[in-house]
Amino acid sequence: MQDDLVIGSKRFKSRFILGSGKFSLEMTDKVIRNGGVEIATLAVRRVNSGGRENVLDYMPKEVTLLPNTSGARNAEEALTIARLARELGCGDMIKIEVVRDSRYLLPDNAETVKAVKLLADDGFVPMPYMMPDLSAARSMADAGAAAIMPLAAPIGSNRGLLTKDFIKMMVEEIDLPIIVDAGIGRPSQACEAMEMGCAAVMANTAIATASDVPAMASAFKMAIEAGRMAYLSGPGRVLEDRGEASSPLTGFLGERDEDEGGPRRPAPVDGAHRD
Amino acid sequence: MRTRADRADLLPWMEHIGTDVMDKVLDADSRFDPSRYDEGDVRRALGSERLGPEDFGALLSPAAEGMIEDIAKKAKTVTRDHFGNSVTMFTPIYTSNYCDNSCRYCGFNRNNDILRARLDPDEVETEMRSIASTGLTDILILTGESRSFSDLEYIGMCVESAKRHFSSIGMEVYPVNSDEYRFLHERGADYVTVFQETYDPETYASFHPAGPKRVFSYRFNAQERALMGGMRGVGFAALLGLRNDWRKDAFCCGMHAYLLQRKYPHAEIAFSLPRLRPCSAHKEDDVSVSERNLLQVAMAYRLFMPFASETISTRELPRFRDGIVNICATKISAGSSVEIGGHSDVKDKGDGQFELSDTRSVEEVRDALIGMGLQPVFNDYVRSDR
Repeated sequence: MQDDLVIGSKRFKSRFILGSGKFSLEMTDKVIRNGGVEIATLAVRRVNSGGRENVLDYMPKEVTLLPNTSGARNAEEALTIARLARELGCGDMIKIEVVRDSRYLLPDNAETVKAVKLLADDGFVPMPYMMPDLSAARSMADAGAAAIMPLAAPIGSNRGLLTKDFIKMMVEEIDLPIIVDAGIGRPSQACEAMEMGCAAVMANTAIATASDVPAMASAFKMAIEAGRMAYLSGPGRVLEDRGEASSPLTGFLGERDEDEGGPRRPAPVDGAHRD
Repeated sequence: MRTRADRADLLPWMEHIGTDVMDKVLDADSRFDPSRYDEGDVRRALGSERLGPEDFGALLSPAAEGMIEDIAKKAKTVTRDHFGNSVTMFTPIYTSNYCDNSCRYCGFNRNNDILRARLDPDEVETEMRSIASTGLTDILILTGESRSFSDLEYIGMCVESAKRHFSSIGMEVYPVNSDEYRFLHERGADYVTVFQETYDPETYASFHPAGPKRVFSYRFNAQERALMGGMRGVGFAALLGLRNDWRKDAFCCGMHAYLLQRKYPHAEIAFSLPRLRPCSAHKEDDVSVSERNLLQVAMAYRLFMPFASETISTRELPRFRDGIVNICATKISAGSSVEIGGHSDVKDKGDGQFELSDTRSVEEVRDALIGMGLQPVFNDYVRSDR
């Protein structure tokens, strides 16, 4: 079965997007291989072209880079950073991050919509990081986004799918890949996001802060694959608070339309109560 | 004595911005009693997801001293969650040591008989080029506080020179008005650090008897004026050991940053962690703030404002600096020289502000970080005016 992740004109087998920048550069290659990663984000501000500790020098050639605009406070700064990424040979896929809040690092949706438009008009393939808000996601889609990247919880918090219900709405309503970004702390949470129908999961801190970083990358790979397979398999219904009787409540209804108002059947002879 | 942010304190050229942040900090200071916290308060703070000022106070209290290892574990976790294992490297450049002030603890004190120097534009350029050759991209420009010897045009020239070689430019110069910060921002500076030294107006007055620096409120509001002038980030510090109770100064410094960040949510916040060390004017080692105390302060800043950058000074020994970057500091200088022209021997050096305790080169600090499993970061900024 062909089940590719499609972003713009590119197709990917892996649905695990790796964030870089929180673990040692020397580890990058191993983490990418263990995670089966095909897309890795990198902060353009960390790229030290021709200089020391340049993150680009550590990225395996076969990986598609997803540069982000971290540090941008408005749409214009995001465009400046995106153009720098292009000059550096990072391609046209850009994760837009526009943040004007230094405490929680929450994205500014209104400014992000503007950034999507600016970047799309400049030929980029914009993937906006955003607060999960359906209206804003629609605006970003209209402005030319190639995927929408709602946060699950504040970045670096490892708190899991705090915004689950809102992300679900976006999965149902938006005809673009919904990629959960930020806040995923454990493989089980990544699995849950994939079961919900998210197209991919991005993780960084959860892996970077593990005792065994490469092993955690493997765990995420398996969890994301399991979640995707579960989603495609059509998970069974989840029973809510109480058990459900296996015999149908509506069994009293006749099987055929003509039963309704049709000739009365003979009353059972052994009934205890007759009318 | 209370020093309110009224115009009466200000010299004629000093801008009045009508902010209430200083009053709020001084009010919080008057209510903060470190002795009233117990271990339960510290545990509560450690269990909190987001700490408020009360939790911050508890972490600075004597009650927290016995729990320093527990606090360190939490501080390290919070640091790694927010910064991963990244530690940004930078170096300071001192371009002039002329000073109009007479701070009693400082080597640059205008009354001190030291070798004074100011780099000319060619010398500044030579120094900048020399530093850039180490691979660093983050620079901090420092001068003595003299509006006559290092005027705004001079600092602007230094910033423009730095812009040719570095992506991130910070300044630690005398406080200026918001339009002057804008002037420097337009030339390429993005970060402004001003040490308040002490947040107790009486102690402040006794250590800063002369020069424009004696005006407590003008210095206090420098960060706010810098943000009004378009700067991206501001740095804060209390020189621990000046006031008789360092806990109160650390508390005020944290509250200063906290309240300003609430007012300017986009502002990037940084803390520096200086304490009194020997310099040519003050030879005996100040023992009132121990390494243990300094670590307690650093960890309290980290837990109170998890996203803030923390810089650890070259005044500290390599052992301590390495230990603290493993817990909560996120920025470390390397290849430092506090002398004028000290990076390239461009001229007879002007004397330094204080004595360094960590003289390691960029290469040595980088290797030490890698040896600890940390990731040295040389570049962490894209200029918006590139």
